[in-house]
Amino acid sequence: MTDRFEIDRMVDTDRGVISRELFVNRDVFDAELERVFTRAWLLVGHEGLIPDPDDYFVSRMGKDSVILTRNQQNEIMVFLNSCPHRGMKVCRYDQGNEAVFTCPYHGWSFSTNRDRVEVPGQLVGVPHFEAGYSGNLDRVKWGLPRCPNVINYKGSIWASWDPDAPAFEDYLGDMKLYLDTALDHRDGAPGGSELLGGVQKWRIRCNWKTVSENFAGDLYHGISHQSANLAEIGMATGKSRRDALPLRHAIGFEGLGHGGLGFPPSYEERPFIPDQYGDPEIDAYYKQVRTARERRLGDRMRVGLVVGTIFPNMSFHADQPRSLAFAHPISETEVEMWRIYLVDADAPKAVKDMLRHYYMRYSGPGGMTESDDMENWTSVTAASEGAIARRHGFNYQLGMGKEQPVEGLRGAVDSGNYSEGNARIYYRRWAQFMKEMSWDDMAPPQTKSTVEVAHGD
Amino acid sequence: MGIDAQAELQRLLLKEDVGEFLAFEADLLDARRYEDWLALLTDDIRYWMPMARNTASDDTGREFTIEDEDVNWIDEGIETIRQRVAQLATGLHWAEQPPSRTSHMISNLRVLESSDGLDEVKTRCRFLVYRNRLEDEQNIFVGKRNDTLRRVNGSWKIARREIYLDQNVMLSKNLSVFF
Repeated sequence: MTDRFEIDRMVDTDRGVISRELFVNRDVFDAELERVFTRAWLLVGHEGLIPDPDDYFVSRMGKDSVILTRNQQNEIMVFLNSCPHRGMKVCRYDQGNEAVFTCPYHGWSFSTNRDRVEVPGQLVGVPHFEAGYSGNLDRVKWGLPRCPNVINYKGSIWASWDPDAPAFEDYLGDMKLYLDTALDHRDGAPGGSELLGGVQKWRIRCNWKTVSENFAGDLYHGISHQSANLAEIGMATGKSRRDALPLRHAIGFEGLGHGGLGFPPSYEERPFIPDQYGDPEIDAYYKQVRTARERRLGDRMRVGLVVGTIFPNMSFHADQPRSLAFAHPISETEVEMWRIYLVDADAPKAVKDMLRHYYMRYSGPGGMTESDDMENWTSVTAASEGAIARRHGFNYQLGMGKEQPVEGLRGAVDSGNYSEGNARIYYRRWAQFMKEMSWDDMAPPQTKSTVEVAHGD
Repeated sequence: MGIDAQAELQRLLLKEDVGEFLAFEADLLDARRYEDWLALLTDDIRYWMPMARNTASDDTGREFTIEDEDVNWIDEGIETIRQRVAQLATGLHWAEQPPSRTSHMISNLRVLESSDGLDEVKTRCRFLVYRNRLEDEQNIFVGKRNDTLRRVNGSWKIARREIYLDQNVMLSKNLSVFF
C-alpha cells in the first residue's frame, strides 16, 4: 500500500532535514494518534497517585482519557474512560477512591474487583437489565475496554494498547539505566524515590514532538536559559547557577528512539561538591547519601543523566530537578504537558522542602527555566504554519557523523556535547511507527551488554 | 458621632485605604516597575498559588494542593521573588521579551480581620489579570486572592498572598507575570 505520507522524504536524516509538516499538519497528527499512540509504551502515572485499593487517577494515552486504578486484589490496571454504551466519561474527577465506576449518563456501572466479576472492568449494574435488554446483554463484552499491557516500573506506571508490544524492558533497552537514575534512590538503591503530591498540567500551543525532542538531547539551546543562569536560580538560594555542570553528552539509542543528555558509563562517581546547599542538615544528607552510594556501587558500572526522553512522549529530569513529564497530544499545534516530581522517600523534610521549592521555580509553567522553553516552542509552531515556511525543512545536521558507540551500553551512540544526534534517532523511530512497521521489523539489532551493570543490591 | 458610627467610619476608611494600596500595587505591576513592587513585600512574605483538582463535592478537602507539602503552581519567599525580578531585568527572559501587556483588576474587596492597632489586616478579593503578548496571544487569569497586609513605618506591605486561580489545567503556557 502506498502511504499518503512520504515518510522518508519528511524524515530525511541522511541529509539531516526534517519537514515542518511533522509539527503543523493535521493529517500527520491524526495518523500519529493511531500509529504511534495505540502501540507505543506510554507513561500513564505513578503508584504514588494510587497507593490504596480502589484508588484511581484519570490519565491520558494519546487523546484517549484513561483510568489508572488499583483493584481490591492490588493489581494496577488501566481502562478507557469512556462508557461503552454512549461514551460518557465514567470517571470525572482527577483522582479519588471508587469501588464501582458508575456512568452518570444512563447508569451503567463497572467493577474491577475479582471477587465480584470474572473480568475486571465488567458491567455490574445495568438499569432496566431485565425489562430493556431481556437479561441478554454481554456484561464482559460491554465492560470498560482494558489496556492489555500495564507495568509498574519502580513506581512509574506505563501502558500500551498493543497486545503484541514487546516487553517494557525490551522497549526501553539500555535506556533503562538512565531512567533508573531518576527512579532510584540517590544512594543507588533501586526504586527508593517517592512522588510529591500535585500534578502540574498546562497547555502549550505547540506540537507534542517539539517538547519530547527538546528533552531528548538538545544541549544547544543553552542560550535560551541565559536569564535563569544570570538570576542564579540554583538550589542554594541566591548564590548558585544552574549551568555549573560538566558538559553533558548526547547519548541516544538507535532503533529505540530514546535519548538524553548525560554521561557515558563510568566506574567511579563524578566529583562530589561538599557543602553546596548552605544548610547543614541538607549538606549532611547529601554527604551521607554519597558515602552510601560509593559503598553500594563500588567499582561497578554506573551512568548519570540530566534530562532525557523515552519515545514517544515521556521526558524526565533525573538529576536536579527530578521529575517525569508527559507531552499529551491535543492537536497538531497544541500539547498538554504534565509534570510529577520525585524525591528520595526517606530524605529528611528539610531536603524534601528544598527540592520541592527548587522544582517549582525551575520547572512547570511557573518555572524560571521552563517558561523560556515554552516561548521558543510556541513561536516555532506559529512561524511554521505558512505555506512558504512549510517548504523549508528544519536543519538537524548538528553533530552529524560524530556518532560513536558507547562501550557497555547496547545500541547506544554518543554524538558529542552539542549534537542533534538524539533528535535524528528520535525521528527515525517515529518514521518506523508512521510506516506501520511490525515490531519484528522495528526491533533494533540486539548486541549483548559487554559488562555487568551495577543495579545496587 | 456615636460609638457605632465611629467604628463604621473607621472600617470604611480602612477599606478605602487598603483598596487604594492594592490599586497602587496593580499600577506598579502593569507599569512593569518591578523593583518598586518588590519594596511593597515584607522580607518574610509567602507568595503561594495552589493547583486545583476536580474532586467530588463531598471530597473538597482534596480540591487544592497543600502549601507546605505538595507541588503547587507557585510557592515563593522574598529571595526567589527577587530572582524572578532579576530574571526579567536581564532582558533575555524570552517568556517576557518583548514584555507582555497586563492589566491587574481587583474587585469584591473585603477586610476580613484587622489587628487591634490596625497594623495588620487580612483581606479577600477577586482578581482578573489580563495578559496580551506578541501579536495575538492572550490569557485571562481569574480567581480569589487572600492577602495579609502589614503596616511598616506607616506604609502597607504585603506579608502573605494566597492566589486561588480558577483553573484546573493551566490554560496559559507559563506564569511569567505576578499576581
